[in-house]
Amino acid sequence: MSEASAQLQYIQEKLGPRVLDALLFRGDDILILDRAGLRESFRFFKEDSKLRLDFLSDITAVDYWKKKEPRFEVVYQVVPLKGGRRLRVRVPVPEEDAAVDSLTPLWKGANFLEREVWDLFGIRFIDHPDLRRVLLYEEFQGHPLRKDYPVNLWQPRVPERPVEGTFVDERSRNKLLLLKQALGQKS
Amino acid sequence: MKADAQELPLEIMELQMGPSHPATHGTIKFNLKLEGEKVLDCDVEVGFLHRGFDKSCEQVTWTQVIPYTDRLNYASSLINNVGYALAVEKLIGVETPPRCQYIRVIISELARIFDHLTCCGMAASELGAITVGFYMIEARELVMRIIESLTGARLTVTYVRIGGVKHDLLHGFAEWVSQTFKTVRKLLNDCDRLLSRNRIFIDRMSNVGTISQETAVTYCLTGPILRATGVNYDVRKTYPYLVYDQLDFNVPLGSRGDNYDRFVCRIQEIEQSMRIVDQALQKIPVGPVWIDDPRFVLPEKEKVYNSIEGLMHHFKIIMEGVQVPPGETYFAVEGGNGELGFYIVSDGGGKPYRIRVRPPCFIAMGAFHEMIKGYMVADIVPTFGMVNMIGGECDR
Repeated sequence: MSEASAQLQYIQEKLGPRVLDALLFRGDDILILDRAGLRESFRFFKEDSKLRLDFLSDITAVDYWKKKEPRFEVVYQVVPLKGGRRLRVRVPVPEEDAAVDSLTPLWKGANFLEREVWDLFGIRFIDHPDLRRVLLYEEFQGHPLRKDYPVNLWQPRVPERPVEGTFVDERSRNKLLLLKQALGQKS
Repeated sequence: MKADAQELPLEIMELQMGPSHPATHGTIKFNLKLEGEKVLDCDVEVGFLHRGFDKSCEQVTWTQVIPYTDRLNYASSLINNVGYALAVEKLIGVETPPRCQYIRVIISELARIFDHLTCCGMAASELGAITVGFYMIEARELVMRIIESLTGARLTVTYVRIGGVKHDLLHGFAEWVSQTFKTVRKLLNDCDRLLSRNRIFIDRMSNVGTISQETAVTYCLTGPILRATGVNYDVRKTYPYLVYDQLDFNVPLGSRGDNYDRFVCRIQEIEQSMRIVDQALQKIPVGPVWIDDPRFVLPEKEKVYNSIEGLMHHFKIIMEGVQVPPGETYFAVEGGNGELGFYIVSDGGGKPYRIRVRPPCFIAMGAFHEMIKGYMVADIVPTFGMVNMIGGECDR
């Protein structure tokens, strides 16, 4: 038995039915987890003295449109900083209720990564402190990395956005008013 | 100040810095909340250079993605090439011959030197040490000439292929590199003498942009920012790839996690990279630079023109692309700014199903407010300079 399956077996023993599948592919440990109790599972990875997967490397998602059911998979990469085996966690997410637990309470860096997944895939993260778009703008329609988003779709033009709290020098406005009055024009 | 002196009314000012600001290289916007000149909060807006890297990659063949990876971190495009090729090779399940692996190490380290020289030179010149900026750009130019003559391009190199590199090293490469490194070392020594006891530089860099070890880890930071806090995590040492485990080099670590430590880490990493290149050039074996597998490697032109098999192979690879078996894999290399990972998914065809890049500077920008909170507006410039945000990689 290789060391890889030892780590996966240990997790399977501890987490029980939350682990949907565990596989070894090209030397990588891959774990397919249920999204129920996701944050507790990751807290276990982070704090367990045997695993010590204390560093979240990446969060992303894959859209298996018309290929797999459920449609989305959120993919996490966790790493032991001291060295050891990396772990990849895949979490299937259905289209009709595309939401998973946010990992921001465990790793603050998950904030930006989850915002990006929301931005490009439209998967919500429950209890995320600030789930806004990050790479695209707020008026963008749709989520472009979904496979049903056509690559050549044009987005509508966005009207100029009045920024709240923008500093406007009122004196210049008065000056213009005075100038107009001096010239005998109506304001 | 007298006790009865009248206090000026304090009001929190909101200031938008960017997206195009002369003191920040790269299009990025900081929405600042200021109390006087003190930064209370900073909300970073990225994405001004977003061009849909992931989506574009899904439209082209596996080989055609390589030019796109050049445009990620264009200061170290060779490392991006190497990382992508290694990820695809891992998914296919092949390993390149030893000479190719050594060449990949050499070009990765040249790109790292290039990246760090850009970052440090720009950061120094933004603080007024424009001489240092010029010296480092000169050193960078010398390295760039090597890259240029090897690959045929200065920034967008596209030198690495799936299953090999474009062509072998040039005649007299080792001598040229060692000559260049002599000059680079001399220039860096000059820069060191200009900066290391320079009051202005140290005052602007030291104890500015400080983050603790715990903060760096919880914000998923990697690269020089993480190592400046003293965490020993370098992908080349922790998860060795290529032939890094056969080469002798150190990982420079800081202790305080401020801008000065980051700067020193980067400068010392240049020295370590030069050591790696010197060793690799001594140890490099003779042999082919491509894997011997016609499924992934374009045949020689002579075979294409004179035999039907060669022509078919050429046609298949160009028109349908390299066939990658279905599956998914993640491969991380140490980029200029940290862990550069490629997560690739294939559904068994000539085109990628999904390509995800783990961009080190995007994640660093997610922690930027933590670095700048409590410091002055002017401190944004050196802190941002030492993060070395590259728009192409951050926004993809």
